[in-house]
Amino acid sequence: MQDVKEFRPKIVAFCCNWCSYAGADLAGSARLSYPADVKIIRVPCSCRVNPMFILRAFQRGADGVIMAGCHPGDCHYTSGNYFARRRMTLLFSMLDYLGIERERTRVEWISAAEGAKFSKTMNEFVDTITALGENKRLEDLRCKK
Amino acid sequence: MQKMMEKRALELLGDGTVNRVLGWSAGDFIYDVTPAVFKTAEEVQDKFLYNDFCGANLSKYLVKESRKEGKILVFLKPCDTYSFNQLIAEHRIIRENIYAIGVECFGKADEEKLRAKGITGITGIEMKDGTYTVHTVYGDETVKAYEVMADRCLSCKSKKHVAYDELLGSEGEVVEDCNRFDMVEKLEAMTPDERYEFWRGELSRCIRCNACRNICPACTCEQCVFDNPNSGVSQKAAVNSFEENMFHIIRAFHVAGRCTDCGECSRVCPQHIPLHLLNRKFIKDVNTFYGEYQAGENPEAKPPLGKYEKNDIEPGEAGGAKA
Repeated sequence: MQDVKEFRPKIVAFCCNWCSYAGADLAGSARLSYPADVKIIRVPCSCRVNPMFILRAFQRGADGVIMAGCHPGDCHYTSGNYFARRRMTLLFSMLDYLGIERERTRVEWISAAEGAKFSKTMNEFVDTITALGENKRLEDLRCKK
Repeated sequence: MQKMMEKRALELLGDGTVNRVLGWSAGDFIYDVTPAVFKTAEEVQDKFLYNDFCGANLSKYLVKESRKEGKILVFLKPCDTYSFNQLIAEHRIIRENIYAIGVECFGKADEEKLRAKGITGITGIEMKDGTYTVHTVYGDETVKAYEVMADRCLSCKSKKHVAYDELLGSEGEVVEDCNRFDMVEKLEAMTPDERYEFWRGELSRCIRCNACRNICPACTCEQCVFDNPNSGVSQKAAVNSFEENMFHIIRAFHVAGRCTDCGECSRVCPQHIPLHLLNRKFIKDVNTFYGEYQAGENPEAKPPLGKYEKNDIEPGEAGGAKA
C-alpha cells in the first residue's frame, strides 16, 4: 500500500506580545479557527525580531515566516514597529534579490482587537505556502529529519 | 605623487606633528601592496610606496591606531574619506589623534586584469592621460586604463575628498553618472529562478575566510556575531548553501545604511565573489525607499535604519508577500 503524505507547511509567526499575540488569543476565545501549522513565537515587540531569527526559522525547517506587530503608530514602545518595518523591508527585498520566493515572508499589522484578522491572515498565509510547497532555497539538510 | 607624499610625511614626522605614518608599502611584488605603519624617517624613505596598485582603504586601521599614543598621519584616497567620515560618525576613531592627508586617485589598476592581458613580471606602473605605462622585466607595455582598472573604480561614485586636514592635488568632484547600480538592475530584471541560480553560483564558492568582514571599514564590532561560539557559524567553513546564504545576507545587512560602497569586500575576496552587489542592493533600496543617502558624506546625518517616517513603505510592497 502506498503511503502518500499530504504536504503540511510549517509556519513560524513572530507575534508582538502587546498586539498580535493578544489578537491570536482573541481569535481563540472567539472560536475563529486558524491552521495548526502556524507556530507562534511571542516576542516583546516586532522590533525584537532580528533578521537572523527569520533566517534561522527557515534553517530549522520553516516553510514560511510571518511577522505580526502592532499597527504603525500603536507600538507599546512608541516606535519599535517603525524601525522593524524599515529593517524587514530591506531584508525581504534582499531575500527577493537572492531569488528566494517573496511569498514566503510576510509582515502584517494585527491589533489585540483583530482576532478575525489574525485568523484570516493565517489562513491565507498557510494557503499561499501550501501552494508554494516546501522551502528548498533556504533549507539546511542537517536540520531535516 | 609618491615624492610629494613622502616629502610631507618626512616633514610632519620631522617637526613632531605626528609620530607615525600610515601608508602603503610593497609586498613581495610591487603590485601586492600592503598597508603599513612607518615609525621613522628611514622607514618612510626605504619602504613608503604609492602607485596605481594602492587600492587598500586605510581608514579601518585607524580604529586601533588612533587609540595609541601620539598623532598618526594617514593618507586617504577619495573613497577612503567616506569610510573615514562614517567611522567618525560612529565614534569609532578619535579624530584628534589623526592628521589626514587627502591624495588624488584616478582609479586603481587590477593586477589580475593585467595578467589576463599577458602582462606579467611587473616592476612599476604609471598613469598618464587615461593610459597605463606598465614597466615589466620584459620591457614597457602600454594599456588603456579602463581595460585593466578594478571594477569598483570603473563605477567610481566620487572623486571628492569629504574629510581631510590637508590636500595633495585637487579636491575632486562627485561622479554623477557612475552607473554603479547597472548590475543590480540587471539582476532585478531577472526571474527569481535566474537570480537564485546566479547567487548559488557565486556564493557557493565562498570558503568563509572572513576576509570581506575583516577588511570592511563598517565592520568594526569588537566581537562579531560570527565569532559567537553559540551561533553555530563561528570560525568555520560553510558546509551547505544555507550557511553561505546566511553569512552573506547578515554580513551585508549589518552594514546596510552604513556601507559607503568602497568596494573593499570584493577586492579582497579570494574567490572573486561580487560581494559589493549585495551591499549595493541595500544602498539602492535605501535610496529608493527612504531618499538618497550616501553613508560617510556627512558625519552629522542620521543613518537610514536609525530613523523612520510614519508613511514608510510596507515590506509587502518591497520584497515580501503583498498584504
